[in-house]
Amino acid sequence: MTETKWSVDESAIRDFSAANNEPEWLLSLRLDAFNKAADLPLPKPDKTKIDKWNFTEFGAHTVKSAAYTELTQLPQSAQAVIGEETASQNIYIQRNNTPSILNVSDELKEAGVIFTDFSTAAREHSDVFQKFFMQQVVKADEHQLTALHAALVNGGVFLYVPKNVEIKEPIQAVFIHDDAQAALFNHVVVAADANSKVTYVENYISTVKTEQGVANIITEVIAGDNAQVSYGAVDTLAENVTTYVNRRGITSPNARIDWSLGIMNDGNTVSENVTNLIGDGSFADTKMVVVGRGKQSLNFTTKVVHFGKHTEGYILKHGVMKDEAKSIFNGIGKIEHGASKSNAEQESRVLMLSEKARGDANPILLIDEDDVTAGHAASVGRVDPLQLYYLMSRGITKQEAERLVIHGFLAPVVNNLPIENVKKQLTGVIERKVRQ
Amino acid sequence: MSQSTLTIKNLHVSIDGKEILKGVNLEIKGGEFHAIMGPNGTGKSTLSSAIMGHPKYEVTEGSITFDGEDVLEMEVDERARAGLFLAMQYPSEITGVTNAEFLRSAVNARREEGDEISLMKFIRKMDANMDVLEMDQDMAQRYLNEGFSGGEKKRNEILQLMTIQPKIAILDEIDSGLDIDALKVVSKGINNMRGEDFGCLMITHYQRLLNYITPDYVHVMMQGKIVKSGGAELAERLEAEGYDWIKQELGIEDETVQ
Repeated sequence: MTETKWSVDESAIRDFSAANNEPEWLLSLRLDAFNKAADLPLPKPDKTKIDKWNFTEFGAHTVKSAAYTELTQLPQSAQAVIGEETASQNIYIQRNNTPSILNVSDELKEAGVIFTDFSTAAREHSDVFQKFFMQQVVKADEHQLTALHAALVNGGVFLYVPKNVEIKEPIQAVFIHDDAQAALFNHVVVAADANSKVTYVENYISTVKTEQGVANIITEVIAGDNAQVSYGAVDTLAENVTTYVNRRGITSPNARIDWSLGIMNDGNTVSENVTNLIGDGSFADTKMVVVGRGKQSLNFTTKVVHFGKHTEGYILKHGVMKDEAKSIFNGIGKIEHGASKSNAEQESRVLMLSEKARGDANPILLIDEDDVTAGHAASVGRVDPLQLYYLMSRGITKQEAERLVIHGFLAPVVNNLPIENVKKQLTGVIERKVRQ
Repeated sequence: MSQSTLTIKNLHVSIDGKEILKGVNLEIKGGEFHAIMGPNGTGKSTLSSAIMGHPKYEVTEGSITFDGEDVLEMEVDERARAGLFLAMQYPSEITGVTNAEFLRSAVNARREEGDEISLMKFIRKMDANMDVLEMDQDMAQRYLNEGFSGGEKKRNEILQLMTIQPKIAILDEIDSGLDIDALKVVSKGINNMRGEDFGCLMITHYQRLLNYITPDYVHVMMQGKIVKSGGAELAERLEAEGYDWIKQELGIEDETVQ
């Protein structure tokens, strides 16, 4: 591990922390993680070798970008993803590492909701933020990438919803990557206190080509007693950006987390999505769609771990692989001893569009309790040439025929996404990714 | 629109290296209804697949031209846009794509970009055709052929025919698996297409279909060739007497192409 080249050193971390007036606890957490990072191993995603991937070399730890002041200044691709419901309401825009626009309605402020950028959260809501940041859900010393993340985190948001507060309109964060030098170490915390309800949607948008980029993203969702969190994400980071994205949640009794994830990056990506169903009667639903193209290597692990009794976990993933894209879909349903009356269901399907595309779906059920139900379905296949023949025999071009088959293949997931904005966005993103 | 002509000359077709068609000659013009009959396994469906460009069939000799253009040089979708249509015996099922979405793509494939048919106009057109075929309106929103019964699939093929309005259509065993009421409805849809600009080739085992759609020409196919042609009366004689008399007349041994 001594050969690992770091693009930053300890003094850079100190400088960054000081420049942002971070509290002492955060600086010491960073330094502690940084010191451990070199000795910790990389994560080992099943069936994908990532030891040659670039997670550590990037242009600069932080780039200063001119902040946007109006939504109309955003690039077209970013304006397009902003849902009508969120447009003027509750939205955060980050340009590379620079917090730009933050709108929070008076209604939410009065209700005690905190929605702010990472630095402000650490500075102005230090006590409450410290409780959640890399304490309960993801730990800094899990492996090298979590440690690097903790050491270098340079953006993201904190969303806290107090007890009994139900937010109807989605809250949105848009992360724009338009500087080839920028590295994204974004951290998102969504903490929903008892009986609260919130929908959060985030977008990663690259509008720049880069030779060598790094995104190391961690999300922590904490759903309190009987709280409901609906979490949507559409990732469209550029080619040559190596992405590690870890979105993880934990549930208190009777809480519910719904994930709607569209992973549409053009670079190599390791995505880990885990829900730990701690409280009795809690519930997790993960829906995910993926389109891979070019020479991408993609690894997706979706995992639901049942600790509480009467917990339910559902995973539904569909992926389309074009060109020479390779993908591994790991679905894991784990029922711990004592989690009686629980149910773990999963379905993964991969459609390959070309001879050189590769897909692998591994459904795994790990069950340590007798009184449970579980099920899985998985398939990997190529486009049926007779389907294309049939569509083309009606005058539809091969390209359009493929588009229809792909849309059809992804429709069972896309059409059932609980967040309207994410559904709409994904339809558009899939269209673009498939056409090129 | 003027009358179209589909000309097939000395067509030889193989599948997996085995020759099925051994020199078929046939000409179909706008306004004409042809029927091809013959025992099982004599190459009737192979002919229809070869005309449309099915990926498994290889044309080894001969030609197919449509209004002078070389059909064999065209991709499947180009053949369709040129005006050919094949109602398939076993249409594919496509999950997640609604019937309406599919049909609208097919209609728009024939129009310039920017000149797509309006949604309202398309729905009116499709609804009217569905009425003729006595199809339930919810069929428009079901996934293409998925879970359709045999009869529903056949109606759906004719719905496509009526909506796309090709110049020459080939109907591959459109009557198989239909009860008499469904056969009448499907026949009504096909007869609606009759006109100087529309030519049709029906492939069938049974004369029954021809009671509802009267052909101008009837051809008998055996051993990969058209061995006899005549008018509607030929079909009636085949129904009454079977194929043995033709075999005897032509000195064909009793063997069929596998």
